[in-house]
Amino acid sequence: MKGFIHSIESFGSVDGPGIRFVVFMQGCPMRCLYCHNPDTWQPDIGNQMSVKEILNSFEKNRAFYKNGGLTVSGGEPLMQIDFLIELFEAAKAKGIHTCLDTSGIIFNESNTNLLNKFDRLVRVTDLVMLDIKHIKTQEHLKLTKQPNAQILQFAKYLDSKHIDMWIRHVVVPTLNDSENFLFELGYFIGGLTYLKALDVLPYHTMGKNKYKELGIDYSLEEIPDMDKENAIIAKKFIIEGIKKRRFELSQMATDIEKT
Amino acid sequence: MRSEWNDFVGGIWEKEINVRDFIQKNYTLYEGDDSFLAGPTKNTTELWEQVMDLTKQEREAGGVLDMDTKIISTITSHTAGYLNKEKETIVGFQTDKPFKRSMQPYGGIRMAEKACEDNGYKVDPEIVDFFTTHRKTHNAGVFDAYTAEMRACRSNHIITGLPDAYGRGRIIGDYRRVALYGVDRLIEDKTDQKNTTRTIMYSDVIREREELSEQIRALQDLKKLGALYGCDISKPATNTQEAIQWLYFGYLAAVKEQNGAAMSLGRTSTFIDIYAERDLNDGKFTEQQIQEFIDHFIMKLRLVKFARTPEYNAIFAGDPTWVTESIGGVGIDGRPLVTKMSFRYLHTLSNLGTAPEPNLTVLWSTKLPQNFKKFCAKTSIESSSVQYENDDLMRVTHGDDYGIACCVSSMKLGKEMQFFGARANLAKCLLYAINGGVDEISHKQVGPKYRPITSEYLEFDEVMEKYNDMMKWLAQVYVNTLNIIHFMHDKYSYERLQMALHDKEVTRWFATGIAGLSVVADSLSAIKYAKVKTVRDESGLVIDYKIEGDFPKYGNDDERVDELATNLVHTFMQHVRANHTYRGGIPTTSILTITSNVTYGKNTGSTPDGRKQGEPFAPGANPMHGRDAHGAVASLASVSKLPFKDAQDGISNTFTIIPGALGKEDQIFVGDIDIDLGN
Repeated sequence: MKGFIHSIESFGSVDGPGIRFVVFMQGCPMRCLYCHNPDTWQPDIGNQMSVKEILNSFEKNRAFYKNGGLTVSGGEPLMQIDFLIELFEAAKAKGIHTCLDTSGIIFNESNTNLLNKFDRLVRVTDLVMLDIKHIKTQEHLKLTKQPNAQILQFAKYLDSKHIDMWIRHVVVPTLNDSENFLFELGYFIGGLTYLKALDVLPYHTMGKNKYKELGIDYSLEEIPDMDKENAIIAKKFIIEGIKKRRFELSQMATDIEKT
Repeated sequence: MRSEWNDFVGGIWEKEINVRDFIQKNYTLYEGDDSFLAGPTKNTTELWEQVMDLTKQEREAGGVLDMDTKIISTITSHTAGYLNKEKETIVGFQTDKPFKRSMQPYGGIRMAEKACEDNGYKVDPEIVDFFTTHRKTHNAGVFDAYTAEMRACRSNHIITGLPDAYGRGRIIGDYRRVALYGVDRLIEDKTDQKNTTRTIMYSDVIREREELSEQIRALQDLKKLGALYGCDISKPATNTQEAIQWLYFGYLAAVKEQNGAAMSLGRTSTFIDIYAERDLNDGKFTEQQIQEFIDHFIMKLRLVKFARTPEYNAIFAGDPTWVTESIGGVGIDGRPLVTKMSFRYLHTLSNLGTAPEPNLTVLWSTKLPQNFKKFCAKTSIESSSVQYENDDLMRVTHGDDYGIACCVSSMKLGKEMQFFGARANLAKCLLYAINGGVDEISHKQVGPKYRPITSEYLEFDEVMEKYNDMMKWLAQVYVNTLNIIHFMHDKYSYERLQMALHDKEVTRWFATGIAGLSVVADSLSAIKYAKVKTVRDESGLVIDYKIEGDFPKYGNDDERVDELATNLVHTFMQHVRANHTYRGGIPTTSILTITSNVTYGKNTGSTPDGRKQGEPFAPGANPMHGRDAHGAVASLASVSKLPFKDAQDGISNTFTIIPGALGKEDQIFVGDIDIDLGN
């Protein structure tokens, strides 16, 4: 089987632990207003590569990745879930650390066939970096043209499968940087036992040029880059939410012990 | 054992000049972290402020603050100079005051004159007359011997940056010997060497005897230099401060007499650490004091300055001195050579702020202690001022006591030296192959009149055949040009002090260099995998190229083109090896243009890879800018395929990355992004 690949980055250092070989897959159903890779939206275009070709490239320079591994990002990699399963199964067979960078949008619990595929995929996935764009579904819809119910379900699903998760959250000034939203997001992810890291990314405008090149309007023209200090504050709000949830959970555990 | 050596573990080093043995027997491996380091003292900060103020004045004065126009610089030519005598713990300047550039006419009087004139100074006419009429210079000697062909290659920039009008540099004296043995012992040793030369006076024996006499005289002058600053360096150093000072006097004497293209320091940190450990154990000095000595030493190295012309600075992009200091590495017995001093040297980048000089170079090995690796990474991110070299690769050839001259040239300290060879422009050579030896810019017949390519489209096999012939010619004229240069440099501008700090028998590396590697690799790839159409002017000379279709580009870990690059290095080196080299020099080559790639590009016409006339080459062995599309690992993988055995003088790759792309919150490399939930 071949996958549609947007590009390959041989030196990824922010997409999972260690130095990583990052495969950017083509195609995404989300239309996040701040997306900095709009060139990955359209499905079924780009280079076609086989699992073997990708892993050969990886193996050639494997020494670099000994504390890192393989990350698949996008686009939305889950759009090509069959290819992804084949890739991760082959990678795991070679002892390669696998990481999936996803929005989770494809997840659908009521589709048994799809769920079976997810079950297969997570068996060969070491880490999922789940990007939650907004905790409120209405706001999520505005921000990405999609609701967020499946995404939150996906987080719970991963937790139930004991999959390590890094939660990523891009903070965009005025759109999702209010204390309430951030706190609520934290409260939600605080319920995830396998949450390993929180990566708060300040919004930047570096993707703007791509929009020009592609002839797509950029709707956040007026919004400036977020500075690092504000991202740190945002992270603090999220962590407060996590703490509150964790505290409540520990209280519940104590209550159960008491009864 | 001599009293200065109390508490040191003895060995062969006591009986013969053998610094490596001393280090191996005495150094203390440090595997801890950077928490022991001390910040700058008040004196350090005040001295550095004074330096910054002088730097500002120098910049405002147009780049030069003061120049000597009357005194010819020698080891003893000037009285002592200071920033502030009360505050300096390590002393000595090239002239009688800081920021005053010395006059060194032995490489060439015209260059010395021009360096002055371009900066608004005028050399004393008597000196000009003397070096024109009575005393020949290196430059004059070289031009007496050059052939017309060599001059044409030079002026058409197919061979560039030749050290024929300035000092060749690249020779590293083993300055540690001054500290460990004291100068008297070194003189004794050299005198013994002179007394035991062969006795039938072949010309090489005569030269050897004359050179040894020069070396002994330089060592006697070195003692006088110490005395000028109130130090008796005839005897070994007794403590850390003296060890640094003695060593620095050795280096200072070298830069007072040689305005070399690279005046590197060697590998001194672990040597000095042995003294520091002894003094710390004895309670003689504190960590703060030792760091202060190092800060002041590094400050002096930052203030090494030469009189140079704007053209020289254009080739080398700035005013570099290449005071390279090699740090770390691993011994042949497997013990890393990392000591606390390795940390202290790098720490100067924090105490004094960042600077390109001295060129602090970490000899990297996978076996270095983890804490040291972390500290290097941290310092790199904070300062962007650390160079890395592959110790695992070089140790095989050079053992564990080599140093780096300039940016990549490795040599065993005190045992090997190098004849610096600038570089040949292989991209231009390809154009000569296509145009039958006619220069694409000057339109002159520079190379041999081989048959040019007359077809509209370039055909790979035909181009390769012609290119091979042209490279063979180029290697021949290039090596012979260098033979003349080094003969004359030895004759008229001999590095007497640096060579006095070498063994009697030295290995001489005959360095050559390559410019335009990635341009040629991509050009050949375009010719092979796409279609390249020639664009000719009215005389039929190819002046541009049109590429139809895509082709694999060097820097993407793509075997098809990387193999072309690898073969190119091997082929050129084979042609170099086929020539006679001066003084038994062992031919090597380097791929290392770090800054001059811009100048090379300026002087080279459009190339078949799509690069237009005048556009810069990539630096060193780097892929062409923007053509490596698969990230750093793929790019580095392409570079790392280049055969070190054919480019033993070094392969450089300039790596630029914004810190944010290296990880989050400055620490993702060391672990996961922490969710600090606090209490």
